[in-house]
Amino acid sequence: MSVNEVVQEKEKEVEQNWEPKILVFACTWCTYAGADLTGLSRLQYPPNIRILKVPCSGRVNPQFVIKAFQKGVDGVLVAGCHPGDCHYTSGNYFTRRRFLLMRRLMEYIGMEPERFQNRWISAAEAPKFQQVITEMTEEIRALGPNRKLRDDQW
Amino acid sequence: MKRVGVFVCHCGSNIGGVVDCAKVAETAQDYPGVVYAVDNKYMCSEPGQELIKKAIKEQNLDRVVVASCSPRMHEPTFRRCVESAGMNAYFMEMANIREHCSWVHSAEKDKATEKSCDLVKMAVAKAIMNKPLQKATIPVTDRALVIGGGIAGIQAALDLANAGHVVDVVEKEPSIGGKMAQIDKTFPTLDCSACILTPKMVDASSHPNINLITYSEVEKVDGFVGNFDVTIRKKARSIDMSVCTGCGVCMSKCPSKVDSEFEMNLSKRRAIYTPFPQAIPNKPVIDRDNCTYFKTGKCGICQKVCTLDAIDFTQEDELVVTRYGAIITATGFEQFDHSVYGEYGYGKYPDVITGMHFERLINASGPTMGKIKRPSDGKVPKNVVFIKCVGSRDEAKGKAYCSKTCCMYTAKHATLVTEKIEDSNVYIFYMDVRTGGKGYEEFYNRTREKYAAQYIRGRVSKVFKQGDKLIVRGEDTLLSRAVEIEADMVVLATAMVPQEDASKLAQKIGIGYDKDHFFTEAHPKLAPVETHTQGVYLAGACQGPKDIPESVAQASAAAAKVCGLLSKSEMLTEPIISQVNESICVGCGLCVPICPYKAIDLKTISERDHGNIIERLVADVNGGLCQGCGACTVACRSAALDLKHFTDQQILAEVNALCL
Ligand SMILES: Cc1cc2nc3c(=O)[nH]c(=O)nc-3n(C[C@H](O)[C@H](O)[C@H](O)COP(=O)(O)OP(=O)(O)OC[C@H]3O[C@@H](n4cnc5c(N)ncnc54)[C@H](O)[C@@H]3O)c2cc1C
Ligand code: SF4
Ligand code: SF4
Ligand code: FES
Repeated sequence: MSVNEVVQEKEKEVEQNWEPKILVFACTWCTYAGADLTGLSRLQYPPNIRILKVPCSGRVNPQFVIKAFQKGVDGVLVAGCHPGDCHYTSGNYFTRRRFLLMRRLMEYIGMEPERFQNRWISAAEAPKFQQVITEMTEEIRALGPNRKLRDDQW
Repeated sequence: MKRVGVFVCHCGSNIGGVVDCAKVAETAQDYPGVVYAVDNKYMCSEPGQELIKKAIKEQNLDRVVVASCSPRMHEPTFRRCVESAGMNAYFMEMANIREHCSWVHSAEKDKATEKSCDLVKMAVAKAIMNKPLQKATIPVTDRALVIGGGIAGIQAALDLANAGHVVDVVEKEPSIGGKMAQIDKTFPTLDCSACILTPKMVDASSHPNINLITYSEVEKVDGFVGNFDVTIRKKARSIDMSVCTGCGVCMSKCPSKVDSEFEMNLSKRRAIYTPFPQAIPNKPVIDRDNCTYFKTGKCGICQKVCTLDAIDFTQEDELVVTRYGAIITATGFEQFDHSVYGEYGYGKYPDVITGMHFERLINASGPTMGKIKRPSDGKVPKNVVFIKCVGSRDEAKGKAYCSKTCCMYTAKHATLVTEKIEDSNVYIFYMDVRTGGKGYEEFYNRTREKYAAQYIRGRVSKVFKQGDKLIVRGEDTLLSRAVEIEADMVVLATAMVPQEDASKLAQKIGIGYDKDHFFTEAHPKLAPVETHTQGVYLAGACQGPKDIPESVAQASAAAAKVCGLLSKSEMLTEPIISQVNESICVGCGLCVPICPYKAIDLKTISERDHGNIIERLVADVNGGLCQGCGACTVACRSAALDLKHFTDQQILAEVNALCL
């Protein structure tokens, strides 16, 4: 087998076992607490997400999102308090504006904008958390692995 | 190289029943930096914590990762635990493998184990990047400032003073008392307002812990919780307060007469005046805009008649700066300017008045000595029409909200008319009657049943004059027919709105206000007297329409909060705040407007550049104000701002770890 063939073979194998990997930035005050409540309520959702706690959704620098895609994450969700409910009053308004810009950028570079999502989930909305994660996992699964931005090729 | 210890908790079977904890610990051994990893039945238990402490010492650990329940549950526990073993509390990180893993993936054991490994890996990567942080202590000045001397401000000041704290009350008018001083009787008990208010005013003025700073306003607020430096402008009173005894000779001799604001322009006061006889302090001020001496340079009669030589025309405004530990804003409300309702004829017909005018007309010490006489010709009105919701619940012309007090004070006015004027008839146009409150519904029922006030549901379309009568034309929507009433006097229940300068004051203090300019509380349910600025509290109608019992209750609540704050001489501050790297900050100031707490200012620094001293601007984060949201860090194009404990580096380390 040539080197190329080995690489292709490996690629196929990885592709077959591929599971979407989704990074969730959750603000401490609402969504992180909402995710905790989802657990307390034993609501089940796909095990494809990894939650990263930030003080406020407004802390999420678009740079983190790009970095995550470069590192091979298939989807990124930034989730925080509902507009008007941000613990720091205005953080999520910035999040919302940055989100729109980021989606534009993704379209521009030819990446499916659906890979990047932004949702408001309060500390009481366990069913919503479950639903958002379930739907997003399915959406990303349908899109397939992120190859556009990732640095390393198999 | 850092030495990380990983501790995986089974939480009985809560985690252990789904996640293979031993495997997680084993996998963690291979993560960069990890020198020790174990699993245990209950990490939070006494033996579990001992295990961590022992490992820190024996394995010489300098970072700890606990994989267990949510940090919202046990972060304080494990922080204390590592601290007691001599490690900085912020070197401990948690991986949430219960709420975020075992409980939500209970049927997928392998996947849950894999996910737990990832979460631990992320936590390890972050922990390695963690910096030691210390909770700082800041001194707390044991002195409070109350802005506004209405019933809310007075109550808050008295509560604080009785608890042993020194309080300054800044009141912009010459006397404290606020709107309650103008009111005649108070619902729902009809006890006289002055009888219950003036003793409190006297208590406040004679209390050794209270300083009344009347005829003064807040000019500027610097600093932060525990240490507000407030500049107060003491307006020139033109009276030497230390000499004046308040005898009042000057007021009786002053030739310049102007409309009395306190009496709602229904009578005159002099240019040198106290707003009302029981004013506190009971010493006059000169209203320079209307004083003949200040306008023409001639007169000076007051100076001549004052035997104590207390009149001082040369006085100037004085600015004083004082440091306070806490601030309570209690600036109250104003009446809505209902001139937009031209159809009601206010301004055109003198006998169309507001509720507050009515309070003065019925007050025994008011312009008519308590006889209800209509302003135009002094006749006693027989038919009195009240119109409610003038400016309230009317998004088109007024305010969307309900002013809450008008239903009750109109019912009060109706009973007073019936009590004072024989054979009188009272008609009340209303949209809804809202009388929630102890004894309120009963009061309203009495007004209808015993006092026979006629409630008509509907809006008034026009008030116009016919002879010496005012014709009130409206609609009775319950009977769906037009009604016309011949009235002798019309009283408008105008909306409560915040002070005209409320938004300016809010900006000075750095607190929020809503679209109607009422100050905003930190949380509508759980923090109704706090604001988003630590150390600043709200009391009374400045936060939203309120009657006296509610204003008093909120004032006492605010005072209790301040007591808590001032009871200690120092307070701990959270170290998770933003920091500026001055060497790369370009001083663009983009971060300044982003901060919801106004914690960032630009400051000038001087530095040496090729042998020259140059000056440049850089951002400066006030640690007392910053709440650690991190919004500014994203705004900074130079990446000069970073949030401690959630630095770019720390977050990116977690992202990297997830993908490796
Ligand atoms: C016609 C009418 C009748 C009413 N009847 C009743 C009744 O019978 N029973 C009842 O319970 N309630 C009644 N109310 C409601 C009552 O007036 C309020 O609940 C009460 O006055 C609120 O108190 P407060 O201290 O919050 O505000 P206010 O009484 O408005 O006092 C605020 C004080 O702050 C001062 N101030 C404002 N801005 C500044 C500033 N920037 N710097 C310094 N000082 C400032 C003001 O001069 C004032 O002295 C009535 C209201 C109206 C309009
Ligand atoms: S972290 Fe938030 S509160 Fe602190 S300075 Fe930045 S924007 Fe202001
Ligand atoms: S910290 Fe950043 S945003 Fe703020 S002034 Fe400096 S360079 Fe500009
Ligand atoms: S704190 Fe949740 S979005 Fe700001």
